[in-house]
Amino acid sequence: MLSYLLRRLGLMVLTLFGVSIAIFLLLRIVPGNIADILFDSAGMIDPAEKQKIVAELGLDQPLVVQYAQWVNGLLHGDLGYSYVSEKPVLDEVLPRIPITARLAALAIMFAVCTGVPIGVISAVRQNSGIDYGLRVFSLAALSLPSFWLGLLVLMAFVNWAGLLPIYDKAPQTWGMAILMYGVPAATVGLRSSALIMRLTRSSMLEVMRMDYIRTARSKGLSEPAVTFIHALRNALLPVITTIGIETAFLFGGLVVTETVFNIPGVARFLVEAIRWRDYPMVQNLVMFIATVVVIVNLIVDLTYAFVDPRIRLGS
Amino acid sequence: MSEFIYLARRYPLGLAGGVILLLFVLMAIFANIIAPLDPLTTNPRASLAAPGTTYMLGADMMGRDVLSRLIHGARISLAVALGATFIGSGLGMLLGLISGYVGGWFDLIVQRVAEIMQSLPLLVMALVITASLGPSLVNTIIAIAIPLIPNVARVIRANVLSLRELNYVEAAHAIGMSNTRIAALHVLPNTLAPLIVLATAQLGSTILTEASLSFLGLGVPEPYPSWGRMLSESAAEYMRTAPWLVIFPGVAISAVVFGANLFGDALRDYLDPRMGD
Amino acid sequence: MAPVLEVSGLSTVFHTRTGTVRAVQDVSFSVEPGETMAVVGESGCGKTMMALSLMRLIPSPPGEITAGSVRVAGTDLLKLDEPTMRDMRGSQIAMIFQEPMTALNPLLTVGKQIAEMVTLHEKVSGRAAKERAVEMLHHVKIPEPRRRAGEYPHQMSGGMRQRAMIAMALACKPKVLIADEPTTALDVTIQAQVLDLIDDLRQELGTAVVLITHDLGVVAEVADRMIVMYAGRKVEEGTVAELFAHPRHPYLQGLLNSVPRVGQPKRLQEIAGTVPPLSNLPPGCAFAPRCPSAVAQCRDAIPPLDEKRPGHRAACWVT
Repeated sequence: MLSYLLRRLGLMVLTLFGVSIAIFLLLRIVPGNIADILFDSAGMIDPAEKQKIVAELGLDQPLVVQYAQWVNGLLHGDLGYSYVSEKPVLDEVLPRIPITARLAALAIMFAVCTGVPIGVISAVRQNSGIDYGLRVFSLAALSLPSFWLGLLVLMAFVNWAGLLPIYDKAPQTWGMAILMYGVPAATVGLRSSALIMRLTRSSMLEVMRMDYIRTARSKGLSEPAVTFIHALRNALLPVITTIGIETAFLFGGLVVTETVFNIPGVARFLVEAIRWRDYPMVQNLVMFIATVVVIVNLIVDLTYAFVDPRIRLGS
Repeated sequence: MSEFIYLARRYPLGLAGGVILLLFVLMAIFANIIAPLDPLTTNPRASLAAPGTTYMLGADMMGRDVLSRLIHGARISLAVALGATFIGSGLGMLLGLISGYVGGWFDLIVQRVAEIMQSLPLLVMALVITASLGPSLVNTIIAIAIPLIPNVARVIRANVLSLRELNYVEAAHAIGMSNTRIAALHVLPNTLAPLIVLATAQLGSTILTEASLSFLGLGVPEPYPSWGRMLSESAAEYMRTAPWLVIFPGVAISAVVFGANLFGDALRDYLDPRMGD
Repeated sequence: MAPVLEVSGLSTVFHTRTGTVRAVQDVSFSVEPGETMAVVGESGCGKTMMALSLMRLIPSPPGEITAGSVRVAGTDLLKLDEPTMRDMRGSQIAMIFQEPMTALNPLLTVGKQIAEMVTLHEKVSGRAAKERAVEMLHHVKIPEPRRRAGEYPHQMSGGMRQRAMIAMALACKPKVLIADEPTTALDVTIQAQVLDLIDDLRQELGTAVVLITHDLGVVAEVADRMIVMYAGRKVEEGTVAELFAHPRHPYLQGLLNSVPRVGQPKRLQEIAGTVPPLSNLPPGCAFAPRCPSAVAQCRDAIPPLDEKRPGHRAACWVT
């Protein structure tokens, strides 16, 4: 187990190293473009001004040097300065992290707590009316753009409740907190919920055909005991992996959901940074998101290994 | 024909999805004929007109006909989705085929790069790429296509690896067929089924990605009428006063994605019942 | 001695889209305590469906037991409600399966899976159930039973898993043990050990064993009596010694001719053709299309099960 952990940690560091190169290169697909865009959007005409931008961003130096400077800064906790607010990137980003973290955690919780039970019901009642209905519903949920769903929810609140669950200041009461975080989290988590439901269903159906389920029945266990003690545990193994993959998707969903609900989190900040052409900010925010995704995937893999003795103890 | 009727009976939801998709494709192709008005013509007097006889689904702030913009928007939506899916799946298949077939250091590099790319959320990567390339129709297609590559490459590679072990491929080796010939004659055709399944499954998500990018104002630029941008232009401001501006573009996006998902689901059942989720 | 398992007129069908499949038709037999009854036939002849019918584990729908009775110590299992039937499974009638690799839950320790059986049927503490699991593992001759009880199925070899399965099945001392091809998936050397083990435990506990197999060598080794099944029907029955010496049904004759025997250096013969699909059986004797000695009557009417010799019954018009 320890050697597995060490190997996974080593791989994680390598992946993050690769991710940093990928982000760095993605932002420089077109050489010199950053300065051009900044130059144009700032409405400047003087070539000297452009030279200044190039120099400030270190764009006149070789790519390798630029990259080394950035990574060196990352390792020392120095993320540089926002090009727009001229404050340290870290000061801008840190207060936004808990907001997005709460939203993401709530969304995943919502997705698991609804997706798994519905998937089990659908599988146990395979080919019934309920199963058919739930399957069509889940496919429909996967088809809704989450920002549109967010807009519809906002519209419903405006029209029927006369209030907006928009994050204008940090929520003061529990009720407000649930409204402020819960509604957007459910909106963004619906997609993951539908995906987890579909996966749980197919995984459950596959497991129910296994020999050990027949063995469990031959022992005299009741159908609920067979379903929950023997089938569900095995069926949840692939679901654990999906939760890792869904976390990545969730960030995509949060980008639009935080924008719709006007929540000052990390994801919306990324969109703002892109709109303002704040490239140092974009580069670091994307690196942050990738790091979170990689760490969550590591945790998911470790959980999987812990739950499945075939991996924990080797086969 | 009887084959078609059999399949339609067996997969009624898939048929429904196919019909929805076909309707949207026809709408996109014949947009000029179908659309009652010009999607770009503004009319100050019709600003925020409610749905009625002239503007069947209402008009936006600039007095442009929502229905006509939706019909023309299908072009953008489908062009971006099909273009991105085609490019992403094509490149992914090529990389996956070579990676699985040649193996060695090439395979190792492709695998690592795929893993690295997959730790960036699809929409975030697309955002970064558009930010770097600048907004345009072609750039939007590229930005959505690139994040699709690693997943396709991985699936195809796994498929090639399992095919290589199969008897008839080994037999082809044994009778002295060249590698390229085996790849072209035996391996390639057998990876097509999973590729089609994967590409169809991704069609829905590419449409959603395009809509999201446009909604954030970083997708297809003016003057093309894009569903996502129609929503962002109208979003918060007109929620109370002109709800049709919020409802109809969303219905269009959801309907076409739902159609693509229904169709893709049935196609997966039909072509590869074991692939699961 | 009174039989502990009495099966009479058992019929099981499967309702499928292409029609009704008669998996088991009118099968009767009885087994005494401490006796081993072999059920013999090729794959696809309804043996496993018969075994699952005895346990009432036929998936329903599409399966359905349409007629007959299965009495264990006088109680007709087919008349019980589902909760009472659950109490019978494991405690009165238990089953071991063909694939030891997949028949145990991969996420639970072997000890836990055996203990689960004990706590389910007996009012004992969790600790006592665990002790019983260790005891049973010792009983099935697994070395270091205490350590093994804490292991997961994937840490054991196939033979050891099958022993663990046997330990689990016998943990509550059932009156009847159904063993469905218990050795088919194992190495030849392990097969004999597992068969010996089942045989020892049968003697020790007085369990009646229904041994389902296609392997006549296994039958010769451990069974007292046997029935031969073909296309869902019983076609021959008697003691093993009698049936091996004087097979009357051409099907059993064919099966015996296809097995090599020491001291009989003659050419092995296979039975031509395959078992007909159970959904589309011929009107007469189901074996007629493959039978070398079939006559016109065989194709028209199903032959009755007649006593051909004392204690030896066979369903054949010709022999």
